[in-house]
This record gives sequence, C-alpha cells and structure tokens, in this order.
Amino acid sequence: MSSEWPLWEVFIRGQHGLNHRHVGSLHAPDAEMAINNARDVYTRRNEGVSIWVVKSADITASAPSDKGPLFDPSNSKVYRHPTFFDIPDEVGHM
Amino acid sequence: MYAQMVKTDSTRLRSLDEMDPVERAFQERVDAGQKIEPKEWMPEGYRKTLVRQISQHAHSEIVGQLPEGNWITRAPTLERKAILLAKVQDEAGHGLYLYCAAETLGVSRDELYEQLHSGKAKYSSIFNYPTLTWADIGAIGWLVDGAAIMNQVPLQRCSYGPYSRAMIRICKEESFHQRQGYDILMKMVKGTPAQKAMVQDALNRWWWPSLMMFGPSDDASVHSAQSMAWKIKQNSNDELRQKFVDQTVPQAKYLGLTVPDPDLTWNEEKGGYDFGQPDWEEFFNVIAGNGPCNAERLEARRKAWNDGAWFRDGLTAHAEKMAERRAAAKIAAE
Ligand SMILES: [Fe+2]
Ligand SMILES: [Fe+2]
Repeated sequence: MSSEWPLWEVFIRGQHGLNHRHVGSLHAPDAEMAINNARDVYTRRNEGVSIWVVKSADITASAPSDKGPLFDPSNSKVYRHPTFFDIPDEVGHM
Repeated sequence: MYAQMVKTDSTRLRSLDEMDPVERAFQERVDAGQKIEPKEWMPEGYRKTLVRQISQHAHSEIVGQLPEGNWITRAPTLERKAILLAKVQDEAGHGLYLYCAAETLGVSRDELYEQLHSGKAKYSSIFNYPTLTWADIGAIGWLVDGAAIMNQVPLQRCSYGPYSRAMIRICKEESFHQRQGYDILMKMVKGTPAQKAMVQDALNRWWWPSLMMFGPSDDASVHSAQSMAWKIKQNSNDELRQKFVDQTVPQAKYLGLTVPDPDLTWNEEKGGYDFGQPDWEEFFNVIAGNGPCNAERLEARRKAWNDGAWFRDGLTAHAEKMAERRAAAKIAAE
C-alpha cells in the first residue's frame, strides 16, 4: 500500500560565502524530513552551512532542444566582454 | 566490480557511418569527452545499460553494509565502533547517491528496490561471503574498498553526468574506508600470534573473492567493448585486476602476510605480478545466488524494508495531515 515519497532536489551552501549549489536529490515525505535527510546524506563532512530543498516536480527546466534559441543569441555579442575594447597602456589600470 | 558483467543489448559494435545522424551526433559528443545529461537524447541501449550498471552499483553499496554491520556491536573499542559506524553510514550514502543517478534515467526508486528484493537485480558477489572475525572488517576495508576504488576512480570520468558526479562524491569518501581497514590490520599484526594468525586467515579467505570483484576476463566481450565506446567503462577487467594485485601485494608484505597464491611472482619484464586465476566456477555460483550468504543478505534487506513499512506510512500520513492543516489555515486567513 505504501506510496513512494516525493523526490527533492538538494542545494547546499558551502562554508565560504558561496551560492547554494545543487548536490543531488533524495526522497522524503515532506520538506522538514528532506532537510533532515539531506543533512545525513550530503553533509557528513562539514560540506555546508545551509540547505535548501525543492520538490523536483516544482522545478521547471529548459529543454535540451531550447539550447540554440536560448543561448546562441549571446554568442554574437562579444562587446559584452571587457577584452573587446583596446585601452592604451598609458591610461593605466581599467 | 560493484557492477559485474553488465549486459548492453548490443551484439556487435557499430561504426559511426552505420549510425543515423542523431545517434552519430550523440556518439561524437561522447568521443569528444562531453557529458550526457538526463533529458538529452541517448540511445535506448545506453540508457538501459546505465540503469543496470548504476542500480547494481547502488544495490552493492546497500547490501555491502550488511557484512560490516555484523561487527558494529562487537567492535573491540568504542573508537573502532564509531569509525565503523561512520564507514557503514557512508556506504548507505553511496547507495543513495547512486539510486538518485539511476532515477534520472526514468526508473523509480520503488522499482529498483523491488528488483533487488525479488532477487531479479544483481549486486557484487563479494558481499555474499561471511564476516567471521574482527580481522575480516580490516580485510574488507583494505581489499574490498581497495578494489572498489580501483574501479571507481576511472568511473569519475564516465560520460553520464549524474553518474560521474556521484562517483566523484564517492571517491572522496572511499580512501577513509580503505585506510581504516588497513589500520585495523596494522594493529592486529602487532598483537599476539593468535591475532596475527587471524589476519592471515582473513586474507586467505578474502583474497580470491576480492580478485573476482573485477569480473571474468572481458577482453573478448561485446558488452565490454560497447560500454567502453559509450565511456561508461574505461578499463578492461584484467587491467584493473592487474593494477589491484600490483598495488596490494606490497601492502600485504608490509603487514608480514602471505598472499594465498602459489603462482604469484614478480614479472620484471611487464613490471607487474603474474598471478593465478580465481575459481570462476565459484564466482558464477555466487552470482547465480548460491554463495554462502546470498539468502541471508536478501532476507535481511527484505526484512528491513518490510519492517520499516509502518514507519514510512506513518511519516507519509503525518506529511499529508500537516499539508491539509496548512491549507485549512490559509483558507481561514483569507
Ligand atoms: Fe562505497
Ligand atoms: Fe567504501
């Protein structure tokens, strides 16, 4: 009769003021248990100072086929990178 | 290894020219060392083989807790007990990382458990041997985790993103496992003659099953060639076994132990050891379910799963009740 617990995606903030980063997933009946389980599964060696959990079903992801339309347009905009501009050495650090 | 003799559904390896454009593009990405991610197109054979390999690997981590769990309550000191607990807990974690990786390929956790509990899925042959003395715990860390590391280090570069990332996490934790085992044995060989004899006995019993972990020679196997083309396997079974023997024999010598292989000799020319073959008939027997502990291991897994059902259901019921209450409170506040 038992039904499978939902899947949660786990995000951990490491020690050094970094962003939360996706580390994996796990099953848990609710958010509170998901955090408890994430502590045991993903931070047994001080890997983090903070945990986020999100139900996997609540994540909207871009499709692999959208890669072109989404990301190609920025390829042609090389002027967005500082190295596009030649600044003479005399100007000093910029 | 932890996944032994994984089948691929391929009957022969096809060249790029024989593939349709979609599959060729996939194979070219793999050849270029790119990672394949969950929602991307992949050949059905690749997906199925990965599910088999990753789930076998996961089952092995989970079942692998049982032989060591046998000694948690009997560890000789409180410190050894805490260390062994931490080690076994890591193995539970390894199983969970791997189940998650398998689930990204479209199988559910319940399906995977069902395959294990029904005896349909395989796990590594090594965990069907009994742990008779405390020296066995040392031998497992040293030899079994040592053999696992041999196999898992190259798998960190495997083509499937979630599997590769799980392997990276696992490899970070494995060297503690091997060292704690060797440390147990270093202590014991300095003990009484009886304790030293216990270590030799453990090596005698675990040596050949450890060599079997790499599986029979697969140089002529289509499955192995296909898995290598897909980069979900990087080395042949014989290659890894050779590396393992070369690394382990000096470690046995350091402990003052004799490796139980009359054919073991240093081969100067190849820069490695020549060694005998394990009893492959025994291996196939264990794989077929007839090892010394197969029935006991599966029974322990089923019992744990069934005995925990009321607790899992209780947590689900609690979660549902809390969700209903939250919804009711929200309506009341509006
Ligand atoms: Fe492990
Ligand atoms: Fe391990």
